[in-house]
Amino acid sequence: MRYLLACLLMFPGLLMAEEEVVLGLSKKHVSITTTFDGSEILIFGAVKRESPVPDTELHVVITVAGPSRPVTVRRKAKWLGLIWVNNAAVEVDLAPSFYAVASTGPMSDVLSATENLRHRISIENAIRSVGAPDNVTDSAAFTKAVIRIRRNADLYQQLEGQVALDQQTLFRTAIKMPANLTEGDYTTRIFLAREGKVISHQETTIEVRKVGLERWLFNMSRQSPALYGLMSLAIAIAAGWGASAAFRLARRD
Amino acid sequence: MGFPTGLDEHMQIYLPIAEMSVNAFLLLGLGGLVGVLSGMFGVGGGFLMTPLLFFIGIPPAVAVATEANQIVASSFSGVLAHFRRQTVDIKMGTVLLVGGLIGAALGIVLFNYLKSLGQVDLLVKLFYVVFLGVVGGLMFIESLNTIRKTRKSGGEIKARRQRTWIQTLPFKMRFRTSGLYISVIPPVAVGILVGILAAIMGVGGGFIMVPAMIYILGMPTKVVVGTSLFQIMFVTAFTTMLHATTNFTVDIVLAVLLLVGGVIGAQFGTKIGLKMKAENLRIWLAIMVLAVCGKLAMDLLLQPTELFSLGVGGH
Repeated sequence: MRYLLACLLMFPGLLMAEEEVVLGLSKKHVSITTTFDGSEILIFGAVKRESPVPDTELHVVITVAGPSRPVTVRRKAKWLGLIWVNNAAVEVDLAPSFYAVASTGPMSDVLSATENLRHRISIENAIRSVGAPDNVTDSAAFTKAVIRIRRNADLYQQLEGQVALDQQTLFRTAIKMPANLTEGDYTTRIFLAREGKVISHQETTIEVRKVGLERWLFNMSRQSPALYGLMSLAIAIAAGWGASAAFRLARRD
Repeated sequence: MGFPTGLDEHMQIYLPIAEMSVNAFLLLGLGGLVGVLSGMFGVGGGFLMTPLLFFIGIPPAVAVATEANQIVASSFSGVLAHFRRQTVDIKMGTVLLVGGLIGAALGIVLFNYLKSLGQVDLLVKLFYVVFLGVVGGLMFIESLNTIRKTRKSGGEIKARRQRTWIQTLPFKMRFRTSGLYISVIPPVAVGILVGILAAIMGVGGGFIMVPAMIYILGMPTKVVVGTSLFQIMFVTAFTTMLHATTNFTVDIVLAVLLLVGGVIGAQFGTKIGLKMKAENLRIWLAIMVLAVCGKLAMDLLLQPTELFSLGVGGH
């Protein structure tokens, strides 16, 4: 009985983290329209606390991850000493289509390696690759290639020092999403860290969807491809014929 | 083309099937440029447009399928005009079409098989290098010879008609409009070859079919263009349907933009073409074909800056 009481007394301190994240997003939906040219999302929030501010430095890490899909990574090699041909392939079974990680400082200062790995925070930890075929001995090069190619396309972004933190309480960052986004739910996570340890985290999703004409065309091309094909032919013929008919009329006048 | 340039930055357009954002004026401009050339030289332009689409980053599978769709539309108005002038040999066109449909089906099977191996880009590019190289080279040599001959003798080029072994083949059929009585084997074979090219390269194949009709089948020149357009229209329509239903790679937004640019460009091209000498036109076309071939060949021969490429799973 006494033991239970002791437990109860200790509990509030264990259960409720001393500092918690209150989160805001500038938008919860990103719509891919015909004129879509990328999007910027402002992620902001505050640290709620019941107790005085601790002495140690507070860090904030924000990640935004697009839907993960298996990716086939192919490597070219010279064939017959003449032309460059894809000759080795590795399936990377989980790689987010988009991944941004923003933090208040350099990642190595903000989080310990174990915490980073546990929460799969940095880009390298967010990708998972299992088996490589027998003829590929250096499968790490393939995972690195995914990161390099997507980083060059701005699909993977490491934004160290890009989270602004005011008065140990208010934080904000802006994530730029490029135009070639994959549809789906983008998981947004916010971590508070002190002394390399995550002390609180919060998760929400941003929906990225094709809308209007884009959505209609895309869905039709997948769900009723024969109808889509016939429609494409009809539209193209009408457009081509219409344009040349218009030109003939214009010339006659 | 007289568009206010300040608008350019705001005219990004998202292509729903290619899943990328491209400047609309760039696409209209490319369509227009190829349109000018096709108007000038009287060619379809598919063999120039598809590589140009590769160069601006459209995935080859989407470029090929979309270009097939565009060719249907651009040959449609051409066929109508030829019907009005009665310069279509429908019977010959149908025989060529039977071959074309068989060829397109074979081509799609090969295309999809290599796609599953991750080698489809290589297949398409190799086909381009080989065919553009051969056709461009032959055209270049031939037009040089023609220019030399006309300078020496002042004109008079003899029409060549080889019909020795063709006459010995069985299954003969009478083609009234062309004034021919020949076996159906050669036209079906030509059709099959063109169908394969249509499916793999996203071209109409006029650049192969027109010389074949004149030199191998011995058709009169006045029905050649109309009849080939007739065949091309149906074969590319079939190819579009096959790509749309098996690969989901026909991008209608891309096709319409290229088409509108192309129709406008062709009007200017025809006017320019009328003012130039035929031999000079041919030699310029040959040089252009060889240039595109050279660029594609370099891409295959030189070490790429990025050896790795990504393909999203499920394909």
